[in-house]
Amino acid sequence: MRNLKRQLLAGPYILWMIGFILLPTLMILYYAFTTTSGDFSLLNVSSITFSVHLKSLLLSLKLALACTLICLVLSYPLAMILSKMKSKSQGFIVFIFILPMWMNFMLRILAWRMLLSNNGVINSLLGVIGLPGLDILNTPKAVVFCMVYDFLPFMILPIYNAMARIQKDIIEAAKDLGAGNITIFFKIIVPLTMSGVISGIIMVFVPALTSFAISDLLGGGKVLLIGNVIEQAFMQEYNWNLGSGLSVVLMVFVIASMALMNAHGDEGGGTFT
Amino acid sequence: MKKTLLLILGVLTVSGIFAGCAKDSPNTLTVLNYGKYIESDVLDMFEEETGIKVEYEEYITPENMYTKYKAGAIDYDLICTSDYMIEKLIKEGEVLEIDYNNIPLVENLDHAYFDFSKSFDPQNKYTLPYFFGTVGILYNKEMVDESKVNSWDILWDKEYAGKIIMADSVRDSFMVAEKRLGYSLNVTDDEELREAQQLLIEQKPLVYSYLVDEAQDEMIAENAAMAVVYSGEAGLALEYNDKLAFSVPKEGSNMWIDSWFMPKSAKHIENAEKFLNFLCREDIARLNFDYVYYATPNTKVKDSLDTELQENTTIFPPTEVLDNCEVFKSLDDEATMRYNLYWKEIKSAD
Repeated sequence: MRNLKRQLLAGPYILWMIGFILLPTLMILYYAFTTTSGDFSLLNVSSITFSVHLKSLLLSLKLALACTLICLVLSYPLAMILSKMKSKSQGFIVFIFILPMWMNFMLRILAWRMLLSNNGVINSLLGVIGLPGLDILNTPKAVVFCMVYDFLPFMILPIYNAMARIQKDIIEAAKDLGAGNITIFFKIIVPLTMSGVISGIIMVFVPALTSFAISDLLGGGKVLLIGNVIEQAFMQEYNWNLGSGLSVVLMVFVIASMALMNAHGDEGGGTFT
Repeated sequence: MKKTLLLILGVLTVSGIFAGCAKDSPNTLTVLNYGKYIESDVLDMFEEETGIKVEYEEYITPENMYTKYKAGAIDYDLICTSDYMIEKLIKEGEVLEIDYNNIPLVENLDHAYFDFSKSFDPQNKYTLPYFFGTVGILYNKEMVDESKVNSWDILWDKEYAGKIIMADSVRDSFMVAEKRLGYSLNVTDDEELREAQQLLIEQKPLVYSYLVDEAQDEMIAENAAMAVVYSGEAGLALEYNDKLAFSVPKEGSNMWIDSWFMPKSAKHIENAEKFLNFLCREDIARLNFDYVYYATPNTKVKDSLDTELQENTTIFPPTEVLDNCEVFKSLDDEATMRYNLYWKEIKSAD
């Protein structure tokens, strides 16, 4: 009896999974391996080897890696500083980092476009103090910049959580035993926060790899990521088979990167295992 | 057993949700139109006068429209789009004939534009002209040497690197290169198309961004020196910033007509006819003209404008410009694929 109740509670989630994850995935797989007339074909998937598709996939990987790296470099020291603060101010600062996420994602990107444009706020301010203008809008730099801005909280939070879980006793014990700050950092803090770092990397890398809205709005149509190619196949060319085929390839990359990360994160108990 | 039960329950609920969406309310009208292409008061007025609820949706390029329509998720009653896309849909048998007897106010429209429409609707059976215009260069007089804007060559001038906005629309961008090379804008020959592509790749480092509807805003904000835009957008931009001007290059350009048609999915034909009639009414067409600022085929509206506006060559292209312009024809599937692929290659070029 109790078992049935428990199953019923899971009902909405199962419905969600079937309707919005399982069925769409099956449909994508169907489209990916068929032609417009419904015959079996590998052409959609293998079209990733077309130079234009390959190029955009490589660019996506490059930008996603750059974004992840920058996020990591920014977040790690920040999380460390944060975890050493008084708990009251810790809560407040974490709140400030989450605050921008209350605003719509699209609006934030559009705001950056206004800020970064030739005659935008940032360039006017730079002009006033006599500095040369910032000319990064409509280049891959602007895309990476905005990705970092958007995904930074996803890196900070898991690292901060892992950092906050480290017990003071352990560090004190290490000090008692004569470990210097550098040894403590590499032998204790880094291994104990690895799970957070890995969650953070996955949560930043995957959306950065698959994004198309940021490159569309801040790349000025000049930065063609694999996400844009897929979007164009669906919306512009009415070629759902090609779009699905490339999506499947991208999915493979996403799953591979998650598996790779999880394999390294096992001992730390990663979030996604 | 329980699991099966749960699965059946799940499928039933999910299908219930979808069935709920598809429920049809009788007195509505579903309209699909370009972005920024109708005065929103007009929709309210129509709802108030007729009691018909308008479900209004927008799209960016004709290709987007085609996908939205073909996806079949929504049964559109009326769609407004450009010549070549209508031609494609007529060829595919996706367009219903319009009974012009139910649209008495069609007499307000200048018959000349029905003659123009014959290029894509040969017997004038399917479409009702809405606005028309050309494509040209909107430029900032203070940033650009005005003696050069009468040719597409200026878009390849290194002096303006980083200050040029191109159209983020396959056919419109290719049109510029094709016209510069002296070809037709309906080129399908692979060699000629490759030449045009090569030109656009060469141009890419000079381009600030590829935009459609936002080009106008960027020009008003003086973020760029020139942009390839539709004539009406230029007309409106001129109102906001008097440093701007518009020119249709001497090599020729595209003349387009955007028209309304009823797709096969139309469920509310009577309402659609009422809406078309409403759009032809003088006061309504005037409201739309004031907002959209493209050349209107409505003679009553044109006659009621100030002479200054009537003679505004940005909005109403003069005959000698129109004679130099070509209308887009719909391309076969193979040529369309080639255009799309070459366009992607341009977008991914360094």
